[in-house]
Amino acid sequence: MNIRSAQRALLAATLAGSVSLSAFPAVAQDETIKVGILHSLSGTMAISETTLKDTMLFLIEQQNAKGGVLGKQLEPVVVDIASDWPLAAELARQLIEVDQVDAVFGCWTSVCRKSVLPVFEELNSLLFYPVQYEGEESQRNVFYTGASPNQQAIPAVDYLMSEDGGSVERWVLAGTDYVYPQTTNKILEQYLLDNGVAAEDIMINYTPFGHSDWQTIVSDIKAFGSEGKKTAVVSTINGDANVPFYRELGNQGVAAEDIPVVAFSVGEEELSGFDTTPLVGHLAAWNYFMSVETPENEEFIAAWQDFIGSEDRVTNDPMEAHLIGFNLWVAAVEKAGTTDADAVIDAIVGLETPNLTGGIAKMLPNHHVTKPVLIGEIQDDGQFFVVWETDDVVPGDAWSDFLPESAMLEADWTAPINCGNYNTETKTCGGTAAAQ
Amino acid sequence: MLTHFLRLALLTLSLLLPMQTVHSQDTVDIPAGIAAMGEASLRELGDIVTSLAGTGDPAVVPVLTALGDGNLYVDETSGTVVIQRGSTHLDPLTGEEITLGADADLSRIRVNNGLRRDIDAALAGMTLMSDNPGTRLTAANGFLANPDPANIPLLDEAIAVETDANVLKAMQAARAVTVLGDAEQSLEDRQAAVPVVASGAGRNAITILNAARADAPEELAASIAAAISGLEQERAVWGALQNVWFGVSLGSVLLLAAIGLAITFGVMGVINMAHGEMVMLGAYTTFIVQLVIRQNFPGLLDYSLLIALPCAFLVTGAIGVGIERGIIRWLYGRPLETLLATWGLSLILQQTVRSIFGPTNQMVIAPTWMSGSTEFLGLSITYNRFWIVIFALVVFALLLLILNRTPLGLQMRAVTQNRRMASAMGIRTPFVDAMTFGLGSGIAGLAGVALTQIDNISPNLGQNYIIDSFMVVVFGGVGNLWGTLVGALSLGIANKFLEPYAGAVLGKILILVLIILFIQRRPRGLFALKGRAVEQ
Repeated sequence: MNIRSAQRALLAATLAGSVSLSAFPAVAQDETIKVGILHSLSGTMAISETTLKDTMLFLIEQQNAKGGVLGKQLEPVVVDIASDWPLAAELARQLIEVDQVDAVFGCWTSVCRKSVLPVFEELNSLLFYPVQYEGEESQRNVFYTGASPNQQAIPAVDYLMSEDGGSVERWVLAGTDYVYPQTTNKILEQYLLDNGVAAEDIMINYTPFGHSDWQTIVSDIKAFGSEGKKTAVVSTINGDANVPFYRELGNQGVAAEDIPVVAFSVGEEELSGFDTTPLVGHLAAWNYFMSVETPENEEFIAAWQDFIGSEDRVTNDPMEAHLIGFNLWVAAVEKAGTTDADAVIDAIVGLETPNLTGGIAKMLPNHHVTKPVLIGEIQDDGQFFVVWETDDVVPGDAWSDFLPESAMLEADWTAPINCGNYNTETKTCGGTAAAQ
Repeated sequence: MLTHFLRLALLTLSLLLPMQTVHSQDTVDIPAGIAAMGEASLRELGDIVTSLAGTGDPAVVPVLTALGDGNLYVDETSGTVVIQRGSTHLDPLTGEEITLGADADLSRIRVNNGLRRDIDAALAGMTLMSDNPGTRLTAANGFLANPDPANIPLLDEAIAVETDANVLKAMQAARAVTVLGDAEQSLEDRQAAVPVVASGAGRNAITILNAARADAPEELAASIAAAISGLEQERAVWGALQNVWFGVSLGSVLLLAAIGLAITFGVMGVINMAHGEMVMLGAYTTFIVQLVIRQNFPGLLDYSLLIALPCAFLVTGAIGVGIERGIIRWLYGRPLETLLATWGLSLILQQTVRSIFGPTNQMVIAPTWMSGSTEFLGLSITYNRFWIVIFALVVFALLLLILNRTPLGLQMRAVTQNRRMASAMGIRTPFVDAMTFGLGSGIAGLAGVALTQIDNISPNLGQNYIIDSFMVVVFGGVGNLWGTLVGALSLGIANKFLEPYAGAVLGKILILVLIILFIQRRPRGLFALKGRAVEQ
């Protein structure tokens, strides 16, 4: 307890200055394996990412209690990227070159991931990225432990189109104006059109980061939903803008029974910021909910709340993704017998670890993992009630099959293909660059 | 397992006995159905609700209502299904209080959207004859939302005895909607229903008419189309007014955020980048006040915002005085240094709050009088926005009063217009400086209280408003409160009229471009100060 509070005090001291520090400075350098934690602890994204930093410290502490990895203790190196993406690239370089970490767990936004990618490629290190994202990417040095669109967005839309979900025929795709919502909505729009939804039954709307005046948009959504067809909103609204959005929905009386909103970026952590009574019945699609009743999950929640020292702290999907990524990395290092990046990349594909919802997460050759898809309705206690789930885990797909420009692309980081964007038609590798 | 079933069977029997005398004709076993709810899957729950509703027995109304509202619980140990009301537990059929065993493990029987819709529809039929007009209105609206031709006789019966005008209107609208959608009805009846729907079904009228037009015979379709185009014209007019209201409401938020800055920046000339953080501290004060009230005086919860107002003003005002005395007074006349110092201060304040309260959003519950919306003529007005508009205007009026009608206001104006002369006249200028800065900061704190009702309470709250605040003050004319008022409202309304056409992202860019162009033409803003004070 004492070590932990001292550690926390040290962490607090680094918050303002983005200075890296070793949490266990007393241990000699060559006896530990260093793990980099690259999250925003200040700025706009601190709201979501601080918890992930704590999750990593929690996982590392647990692993050390079990004897560490390869007989060595793990040593976390925490840096604060302060929601500043060029800084993220610099700090990633510092973690790898100066601190000599063997793996990095971090980033939340896609723009953060995109800006650190070249660093990991150049210095040949490992990044575990824990958040659901837009897909259309696969990079040799990155492991995507969050959901790709076919593990979140597509099943959510399928659910709403089904009878159980209300046979929705008219769609509002509302998102924050940046790469994740834009790409996801592009995939969803194509998917809806392929499924016979008329173009005039799709409304796409983008808002700036931190948008707080939703009056016009919510009233537009109401008007759009009053044309006689069952309407739903697919929300890729991110971060701070969600609270005012849901407040406006509640105040303008948009009930979940009339126009359900299914969100891809709203989880237990985001809901802990407001009174969810007016939101009961609105939906979220994730691969994990805190309310899932499995022994693994109950154990994880208890251990987490004990570590963080509060019964009120919730768990969420990206935390589970970090758990899966961390366990897979540990297993790969044990299997390879070394922390060398190339050896771990070869060893990790095909490894399996139990997830918290009673299934198995398996690292696929495209560096994505298998995940179940759960749809939950918001309850008045800020938790989700699972109303639908896939029968089995869904393998993550790096390149969407619904976009014509990426349908023929595959990612496979095992021999003989060893390519992030292999064109199955021309049988050529498009290069290692991951950007579209 | 066996005991579980035995207990269930006993319970079922014990519940059944008194009921049988009254409802022996029912084929559906109501208590068994209710008991089965505890273990049912969502799909089974749907079947149970349908069969219970099918009995038409008023005894199932409380249990269905509780199920829909999420107040129906099952005790996992004994399998008993109970209605939870506050801390008491009621029997779902008799409504009598039940004392649960010490080992009771209550879990809520959960429903999804589809089931909630079914329950509402089922309840509508059973509560249409209730004694309470509110319940009848809900029931009529339930029929409106789920029209079923089988309900027409029931509605006719209810309309015949209805006395309350509002409820009657809703019932007639519900009946008209049902008739309109029923192909079995005569063409005349359906024609006659069109205007009733158009006038009575409120905002959903176009929805309903559109749905009916799809499979209506030609003649009927024509009259429906006419009704729709009439409604749409009407709505276009109201749409413009609605936009003005949205604009005023956005403008009032801008006004609240900017008005404190109009004092510190406009009157004193201090470029205060920590202004947004004063707003944020006001919001956190509200959070703390509500926390204290919730824990100690739950009865006052509805008034917590009113109680938070003076607290927020004093807290942020005191911090403002501290900042002025500690930092800003050393930097008068050095705008660049002030800018950097206050910006650094804003980062320190943000991170301090983040370290104390954590990075996640905090919750301030909306009082009941600020939740929901009302229809005013054709406008839909949400209460939280309405009260914020009123509040912004009141704050503005008070500030005008302070500046123009009090000795402190007189001294403030004197000091800002000619510091040396004021000093020579015996005014303690350092004191006035501190008070002015404190007043500006305190008003920012008041804005924070109001913003808890529409925005996140997070350490970043202030950042979202600082740019907008400077924009309003510069656009309105530095040093003029009326300029701030007009600037805020016109920016709000312009924004709301651009948004539907340009989208929220482009709309914001356009506004910025317009302001830049405007400032090029009129560097001193809308209401430029004239006279010697300008020369300084």
